[in-house]
Amino acid sequence: MRTFRRVTAEVVALVVAGVVFLIPFSFMLLTAVKDSVQAAELDFSWPTSWPIVANIAEVVSARDYVLLRAYLNTTVLTVGSVAITVVFAAMAAFVLQRRAGRIGALANFLVLSGLIIPPAIVPTIWLLQALGLFKTMPGLILVEVAFGLSFAVLLFRAFIAGIPRELDEAAMIDGCTGLSLFFRVIFPLLRPVTITVILTMSVTVFNDFVNPLYFLPGDENATVQVTLYNFQSQYSTEWNLLFMDIVLITIPPLLAFVFFNRKIVAGMTAGAVKG
Amino acid sequence: MTKQDTRPRPKAGPAEPDRPQRRKAAAAYPYAFYLPAGIVYVVIFLIPTVMAFYFSLTRWTLFDSTFVGLENFADFFAEQNLSIGFRNTLVYAVLTSGLKVVLGMLLGVLLTSRLRLRGFLRSVVFFPVLVSTVAVGITFSVLLKPDTGLVDRALALVGVSGHDWLGDATTALLSVALVDVWKGVGLATVIYIAGILSIPPDYYQAVEVDGGTAWHRFRHVTLPLSRPATYSVIILSFIGGLRSFDLIWTMTRGGPGFTSDVIASIIYKQYQAGFYGLSTAGNVMLFLVVSAIVIPLSWFLGRREIA
Repeated sequence: MRTFRRVTAEVVALVVAGVVFLIPFSFMLLTAVKDSVQAAELDFSWPTSWPIVANIAEVVSARDYVLLRAYLNTTVLTVGSVAITVVFAAMAAFVLQRRAGRIGALANFLVLSGLIIPPAIVPTIWLLQALGLFKTMPGLILVEVAFGLSFAVLLFRAFIAGIPRELDEAAMIDGCTGLSLFFRVIFPLLRPVTITVILTMSVTVFNDFVNPLYFLPGDENATVQVTLYNFQSQYSTEWNLLFMDIVLITIPPLLAFVFFNRKIVAGMTAGAVKG
Repeated sequence: MTKQDTRPRPKAGPAEPDRPQRRKAAAAYPYAFYLPAGIVYVVIFLIPTVMAFYFSLTRWTLFDSTFVGLENFADFFAEQNLSIGFRNTLVYAVLTSGLKVVLGMLLGVLLTSRLRLRGFLRSVVFFPVLVSTVAVGITFSVLLKPDTGLVDRALALVGVSGHDWLGDATTALLSVALVDVWKGVGLATVIYIAGILSIPPDYYQAVEVDGGTAWHRFRHVTLPLSRPATYSVIILSFIGGLRSFDLIWTMTRGGPGFTSDVIASIIYKQYQAGFYGLSTAGNVMLFLVVSAIVIPLSWFLGRREIA
């Protein structure tokens, strides 16, 4: 009786998960590899012909290879902002965890504010313009850094709490101070959490739509998400191409997920469970 | 910096760190380490946030601003196409976080039980979290198309007639909220899984010894002891739900008309229209709404956790 009930529960769970979660993804994939006539029916059917290469070629070459440029832009944005965030956040988190006091309390407050407060859009544009950074890649990179710092500091701080202070003291006796203590002793030890921060933030920045939309408008600067958004109106009849675009843009997060599933989940649940 | 205080100080209790120790802290953990992160944070995030309060009181062209007092806020409450965003934002946030708590907990319990395909199901449920919101939005607006979309076709099989989910003012916001839950429930689920797995197995054994059923296990062990996870899910999805923009924008653009507009989409619309002061007033309102809800909520939930 018990095993029977467990099997039933298993089957029900599988079917529901299959219908609810797998069908949308299979629909994406199937539509992406159909020809435009069959794709226009928008049904859930097996492709009659498989113009996969032709669809990819057409999507990639559309609008003078905008997708390739978008991929390049997004890569620069993601690598740049994640690299800066990791170094800046790790440094700040180290002092924040090690040195309590009034300044530490203020820093803690600012970290929490950064997690909660929605960024003020137009004043940020105003400020970037005053600095000559509006509509530039460095400007957008700084925006991503500023909005991503809080979360990264939290993850780093929690990890640094597990590194004994005795280690700092030993390094100090060996003549390390400030910078050399951090970069030669502590930072290498942060490797596991650094990987988590890199993965979590890369996925966030890669998928970010709002900030590029506001702070880096214009076709030559477009990131992949903005390009996809623009394709929506351009390909409103050629669904196979639109969905091929979606598939091409979903590949990087999919790869990250396949190889680093545990790390990503750890990063996203980290601050959460401890509160 | 070089001037030292040489006056003899009254001997303080052990809590007061002595001087050499404090100097050692300064050498090992210099406050200068805050500078790189601090500068970016203050310039790009904090200054605009503070300035928003001033600019929200002006008519503003980015180059010059005229002070108009609370006019922008008055507009927000007076004009129906603006005030509806206020209500929609709250409805959206309450609905999405409520559903994420309930479904996330159910899935969390299910996916920590002894299912054979547990690992696979966890992956399937979590993967949408990593897919871009724009991609999810486009896919579901196709699936929800009237009559030809898969959802309507599936409903037709069981005899329910087609419905224009995103084109009907009564269902547009609701449909987007459900898609938001579809995309975000994976995160709630993994938070619950982490929370449930951290419950010591002794509690379950105690229920077992007392002859409790699966319901007792859930009601008296899992439910109360996964409370921290519940709080996290509530707060995270409230923050996300109140600020949510991309999904609504890709699926309905606040339409039909302005019936599914939220504060974040109004900010964008007013920005596009060149009403920078009004847009910033929207930002300030969003700030106030988020603070007014999230801060008491986290305080209240944090307090109950201790009790």
